[in-house]
Order: sequence, then C-alpha cells, then structure tokens
Amino acid sequence: MSRYFTEDHEWVEVDGDVGIVGITEYAQSQLGDIVFVDVPEEGKELAKGDEAAVVESVKAASDVYSPVSGTVIEGNAALADTPGLVNEDPEADGWFFKLTLSDADELNALMDEIAYKAFVEKL
Amino acid sequence: MSINASGWRPEAPVAGGKASPTVTGNKGLMLEEKLIFEIGDVETTGVDFAEAPPLQGRGWGGAVPGAGLGETSPTPSPSPEGEGSADLLAGLFRTTPIGLPGLSEPETVRHYTRLSRQNYGIDLGFFPLGSCTMKHNPRLNEKMARLPGFADIHPLQPVDSVQGALGVIHELATWLITLTGMHGVAMSPKAGAHGELCGILAIRAALEAKGEGHRKIILVPESAHGTNPATAAFAGYQVEDIPATAEGRVDTQALIARLGPDVAGVMITNPNTCGLFERDMRTISDAVHAAGGYVYCDGANFNAIVGRVRPGDLGIDAMHINLHKTFSTPHGGGGPGSGPVVLSEALSPFGPLPFVAKQADGHFALIEEETAGDDHPHAFGRMVAFHGQMGMFTRALTYILSHGADGLRQVAEDAVLNANYILRSLDTTLDAPFGASGPCMHEALFSDNGLATGFSTIDIAKGLIDEGFHPMTMYFPLVVHGAMLIEPTETESKAAIDQFVAALRSVAERAKAGDVSLKSAPHFAPRSRLDETLAARKPVLVWKEPVLAQAAE
Repeated sequence: MSRYFTEDHEWVEVDGDVGIVGITEYAQSQLGDIVFVDVPEEGKELAKGDEAAVVESVKAASDVYSPVSGTVIEGNAALADTPGLVNEDPEADGWFFKLTLSDADELNALMDEIAYKAFVEKL
Repeated sequence: MSINASGWRPEAPVAGGKASPTVTGNKGLMLEEKLIFEIGDVETTGVDFAEAPPLQGRGWGGAVPGAGLGETSPTPSPSPEGEGSADLLAGLFRTTPIGLPGLSEPETVRHYTRLSRQNYGIDLGFFPLGSCTMKHNPRLNEKMARLPGFADIHPLQPVDSVQGALGVIHELATWLITLTGMHGVAMSPKAGAHGELCGILAIRAALEAKGEGHRKIILVPESAHGTNPATAAFAGYQVEDIPATAEGRVDTQALIARLGPDVAGVMITNPNTCGLFERDMRTISDAVHAAGGYVYCDGANFNAIVGRVRPGDLGIDAMHINLHKTFSTPHGGGGPGSGPVVLSEALSPFGPLPFVAKQADGHFALIEEETAGDDHPHAFGRMVAFHGQMGMFTRALTYILSHGADGLRQVAEDAVLNANYILRSLDTTLDAPFGASGPCMHEALFSDNGLATGFSTIDIAKGLIDEGFHPMTMYFPLVVHGAMLIEPTETESKAAIDQFVAALRSVAERAKAGDVSLKSAPHFAPRSRLDETLAARKPVLVWKEPVLAQAAE
C-alpha cells in the first residue's frame, strides 16, 4: 500500500486497484471546524481532477477533486452525521470515498508524503 | 431640631463591590428579550376583531369557535348550503391554527424597542467596516427625499406629471458624468454588483457588435473585490487571476503579458481592496485597449478619489458608483443600494434602457423600448423594471449639491487623511503589510502577524465589540493573512478616531500577550461568543413550539 498526495491537498491510499481518498491534515487545519461533507455515490464515474465531493466549514465550502480517475465504490457514510471526523482524523477515519482506479499510471504524477510535506512547508 | 427618622442616611457608595448575577438576566439598562414567539401566547391579541363570517361553500368553516386562537385543528366544516359547490381553495384550506404570536400593544412596543437597543449602527458609534464606507447620512438628504413631489410619485405616472423627479435623475447623471470624466451613465442598476453586471453586459454587447463575441476571458487581479470575478462568471466569462505585487498592487507586467485576442476585458478595483491606488491604471488601460479589450473599474471605493481623480482620464470604459457609499445614501442592514454605471464613449451606445433625456425645449423624456426608436439601437436591454432607486437619487443629489465640487474634493481628502492617521497610529502595534507602499487611500490594512499563538483576527474583532465598536472587515482581502481592513470615512472626528485607536491598540496588545479572556469575548454584549460550528452543524432555522411536559397526575 502506498499513499499519494495532490497539490489541492487530497490524499489517495492505493491497495491494488482500489484507492481511498481524503483530505490532508494541512487542509483540515486551514478549513477549521467542518460542518458538512457531501461524498459521491457508489457507481459514479470520476475523471482525474473532477469535482468529487464537497467539504464545508464555517469559513467556506470547498470542492474536493478526485486525485485519480475511476469508479466510486463507496462514500464514507459516517461523515453525514459526524463531519467532525475530518477534523479529528483526516487521514484515516475521516476518509471521503473509495474508488476503483481506471488508470494506475496517473499516480506517477502525484506527490509522495515527503514531497507533499515539502510542498506544504513552502505555502 | 426635628429628625426625619425614615432610616435613610445618605453616604458615599462602598468601593470595590462586585456585581452578582441578576434573576432576570437583565443588566440594568441592558434588557434581555426573548424571541417574539416565546413571549405572550397565541390567544392574546392587541386588537379586537369581529367574529369572521362563515365562508360558505369554500371549504373553510370560518365560524368554528376558537378558530385561529390556539385550539387544535378546527375541522373544516362546509356549510350545508355550500355542498356541491366548487371548493374555491382547491383543497388548500387551512386546517390548523396559524400560530401567530399574541402580544398586547405595550408588550409589542417593548419587544421592538428592546431589540432596537441591542442594535449597533452608524448613528450610534464608529463603524469602521472596510470597503463599506459607513459614513454619516446627513439628515438633509432624508428631508429632501421625503418631499411629497419625490416620495409620493409612481414610476408609471405620465412623464409630464413627474418632470421634477426626472430632472433630479438627469441632474444627478450630469454630476456623475462630470465627476468621473466619462461620456454616459446608466442610472438604473440597483447596487454595486448589479452595476458590475451592467458594465460587463455593455462590454459584451460592444464586443458582439464588433463581431468579437468569441473573447471569453476576463482578467481579475487578486486585489479586486470578490464580486468582480463572480460578476464575470455570471455573465458567462471565464475568470483568470492576475497576481498582486509585493506592495499590494496589480502586477502590471503579468497582466499585460496575459492580454490577447481571447481577452474580453479586465475588472480592476481602484483604489483596490488593499487600500492602495493603482498607479499603473493608465498603462493598463492603454494595453487592454491595444489588445482589443475593455476596462471595467470597480468604483466602490470612489469615496477616496471623488473630486481628485477622474476615472475617464485613466482610460476606464465602465465603472459603477455606489451612491449608498460615496454619496451617503444609507446602507447596511440590507440596503437599499444604488449603483449607477458611468460609461466611456465606446460603451455608451450599449448602455441599458430606460434613461432620462433632456430635450431641446427643456422637457425631460424617458427613453424606453417604445420611444428609443432609431436613436438608441445598440442598447443591450434592460436591468430593472423602472428608472432606478429614486429615493437614493434624491439623497445623492442632495449630498452632492450641499457639498459642492469643493466639498466633494474635501470628502476624498479627509477620508484619506483619516485612514492614514489610523495606519500610522497603529503600524507599530500591528503589522501593516503594505505600510511601506506609501500612503494608503481611504482604508488601512493590517495582518495578524505577531499575535500570540492561538490568537487570530477574530479575537481582536470580538474584543472591539466589548470596547463598543463595530469590528472592522476581517479576513479580507485574501492576499493578507488574518486581514483587518479599517475604513474610518471622512465623517469621524479626530476625537472619535483617537478613541478607536486607543481601543484597538489595547485589544491588539492583549492578543499579542495571549490574554485568554479575549478568546471568549465579547463579554459585555447581549450575547457572548457564538459557537459557529454548532450553529452550522445543527442549524435551528425556524422557531418550533416546545413540546409541553405532561403534567404529573
């Protein structure tokens, strides 16, 4: 399993051809308390960069982009009632959706953890 | 001597006494007040009405005893005579009481009077909301706007019966054109963003008339108002950002480099939201025109330059003027706004209908679709049903005429002087990111740099409420972290500004020192710090009658 990051602060954890997507610790720290999350439904086809989910804090509503192309397997139903999970555990329990990757080569364009950390430090 | 043995022995108050909480929640003159639904009951009314006659045959048995007075679910009872006749309410008759709050007249008067005392407005104190120009509204404006000849007329009256009102619109239009050095003006837009849309639609019409409707890009610098990109997107354009320079102005080279045959125009706020004058405006306009585009200027901050700078001299093609800011027709609390748009010679033919025209014999005519004829074939259409915000026109023209050209020039000068006084009074206490860029215009900008860990701009804003001020604009513009945008306007005295500076300096020092009491401020307002997260996660949007506890039997 390995984890990749985008410049828009999404992460995708890949195991075989299944990816789990969420937003990063840095992203949640910038958003403040999350009050609403809208995750995609099972079966939705996403292209890399598509608006896949919406995350809303007191400060702003933001689109979450799909880091890779694929078909949604499951949205995280727990976020509907407890959006605060994204604040408490953004890179594990606060995941947004799972999808089946349609093109694993797209991962090559993403950052690894070290590169993302360096990217955030420059912001 | 005779002794008054009443027990009253006048003496000085004991020092150091501490307040104990009150039973009522009232704090002296600061009176608590519940929601209107939570006081009184639905069976009380301040006015007596005769019993409503039955609505025979219309589904609703209006004569049901107690209907609408709190009894549960009066059953609709069509009277026998009505049987078989059409149900005129199509089955939508009310079956439950309407649940209106029932208050006696004195309860009603107290309710609204108490709420009004919890309000804060420009008539009560300093209101330094950046980019909003919350200045004093001269009462002369109100007196003029209430003259029956202006207040009691209707937009559909024959134009011959409203020549005075049309004359006011024309006179104001003439002033706006003269003050801005432009060629024409569209008076009808109802507010700033509506004016932006008017300007962008005029640009679109001009481009289409030249066969260049394929230009789809509007460039918007980071230092522009947030409504600018929203307007461009609403009008169907793609928005591209232009970065700001380190000194808080448009990156002119980056903007010029982006120009091309796909660019419809630029939208620039000048003075910009960093409170700075865009010095390169003429250079930018020339470059945009050379590339075949048009220049929109957000004139919301015209207060800073009125009488000093004519936007027409800077090559601007369209600019809205917020009458409710620059010319002191009241705003805040929802309006009403008024956003006339001045237009260059190139764009004037495309301005919207209707407009007022002065004819050779001195008669004022309203040019509409039916009367435009061949004189105005390029108008892009119509923004509003009627002429615009008449009440704001009378106020703005009163303000202009009572100040005169020299007075308007002094408005800009004093607004800029006051803002610079604040900037330089506080730039040793707070970080002024563009303090080195020279004098500011009408507003001073600070960042949250240097506050104690865990403290942010919002803590300073809440602390200012305890000091009795409306907070400044916060977290905007986005180019400054934890931005505090302070606009004093020209109508504040030095004494008022000095008091504000002392208050902000004190609150800022507390935030720098990590005073935890600031994290829960305000403490002296009718309500203390709200839990915005809880309010957003579990919003209570309507009042619901509480479920009554079952009486124990």
